[in-house]
Amino acid sequence: MAALLSYLPYLLTGFYYTALLTAGGLALGFVIGILLAFAEIYLPAPVRGVAAAIDQVLRGIPLIVMFFLIYFGLPYAGITFPPAVAAALGLGLRSGGYQSQIFRSTLQSIGTGQLEAAQSIGLGRFDAYRHILLPQAIRLSIPAWSNEFTVVLKDTSMAYALGVSELLKQAANIVAITLEPLQIYLVVAAIYLIASLVINRGMNAIYERVKMPGLGGGAN
Amino acid sequence: MKGVSLKIDKGETKVIIGPSGGGKSTLLRCINLLIRPDSGQIFLDGEEITGEHVKLSEVRTEIGFVFQHFNLFMHLNALQNVKLGLTKVKKMSERSAEARALAALQDVGITGDLVNHYPAQLSGGQQQRVGIARALAMEPKVILLDEPTSALDPELIGEVLRVMEHLAESGATMLAVTHEIGFARKVADEIIFMADGVVTESGHPEELFLKPKQSRTKKFLGSITELYGVSREDEN
Repeated sequence: MAALLSYLPYLLTGFYYTALLTAGGLALGFVIGILLAFAEIYLPAPVRGVAAAIDQVLRGIPLIVMFFLIYFGLPYAGITFPPAVAAALGLGLRSGGYQSQIFRSTLQSIGTGQLEAAQSIGLGRFDAYRHILLPQAIRLSIPAWSNEFTVVLKDTSMAYALGVSELLKQAANIVAITLEPLQIYLVVAAIYLIASLVINRGMNAIYERVKMPGLGGGAN
Repeated sequence: MKGVSLKIDKGETKVIIGPSGGGKSTLLRCINLLIRPDSGQIFLDGEEITGEHVKLSEVRTEIGFVFQHFNLFMHLNALQNVKLGLTKVKKMSERSAEARALAALQDVGITGDLVNHYPAQLSGGQQQRVGIARALAMEPKVILLDEPTSALDPELIGEVLRVMEHLAESGATMLAVTHEIGFARKVADEIIFMADGVVTESGHPEELFLKPKQSRTKKFLGSITELYGVSREDEN
């Protein structure tokens, strides 16, 4: 136990990188997801098709393959990223594919009536997206998005393969010294579990705060 | 739609009736350019709005639209629903927008704490009255109403009709698609009967309701009277 306590700071440093990768992946995924979702619903047919194809590709490639492509493959095309950046990019691209699915379904559930109403009072299309559709789509997406949040969090552990010093990598280093895999990996599992619980609770609380009065139940 | 031609003078109320699929809603949507007409011209206050260089958003601020399913912005309360166009389109200051929005809501009988209610917390009748206030607040030159009471429970229709009657009497220019014969008889200057994309008959309410000329009109009015009975007309 005393040994564990002495290694805890290393695990916490690892968790710091895990958190950074999660934040980076989610943020990039959010931007990609929103853009793809709007493109797939509101843009003219050719663009819609391209967006749907990108979406399919992002969701159809295993994350680890994406990591390898970016980190080991792209340098041959003259583009080199540090391991952590490559991991964040991979996580963001894949999450973008999934987040676009989330936003697409909530945008579709809002329907076209409010968009017409916005246009009828003279709002341009872009303003209507910004002031009417986006704020609602984000609110309605929180329950599904909170799930995506925990998926990205857990999948940061795959950055291990690129040698990023995130939680799992740090734990493996500790195990190499202490030779106590059961104890260390149980602690690591507990950290991921607790973080997931905190995320779900937190997102649920946010959802309750910002949900449109009179609409919808609780998240999860 | 084929060869539809109509004219509304300032302060007039005209009502379009006719079977579903006859082009009534399409006509209204063409007028505020939610649907671009393939051909033909529309003039508002002497200016053509179907021209090439017309700014859609500017035209639409001058034409109010009230929807069958209200289409209120669900994430905004009643006051914010009415205020949005004033601040974002008319670029009014928060304070004057709020004052005008409250006045418009007052006109439709949404007062007190109700202005802070969100659409999902309001009854259908209240939602539609907010919808009317949202259109009114923009001070449009003409208000188009697309079956404003069709989605309402029967006991809620009255409150919306009273608002519409009040509007008509206070000199608003209105073009309404509605099956509310009582309303049409009371306030309409002209009834326009549309079927299969054409205006088959039009005229003063008494004339059209009591002595319809076309068999199509007769048949439609017959089925409407059957549905609503005569009691509604007797009220007036």
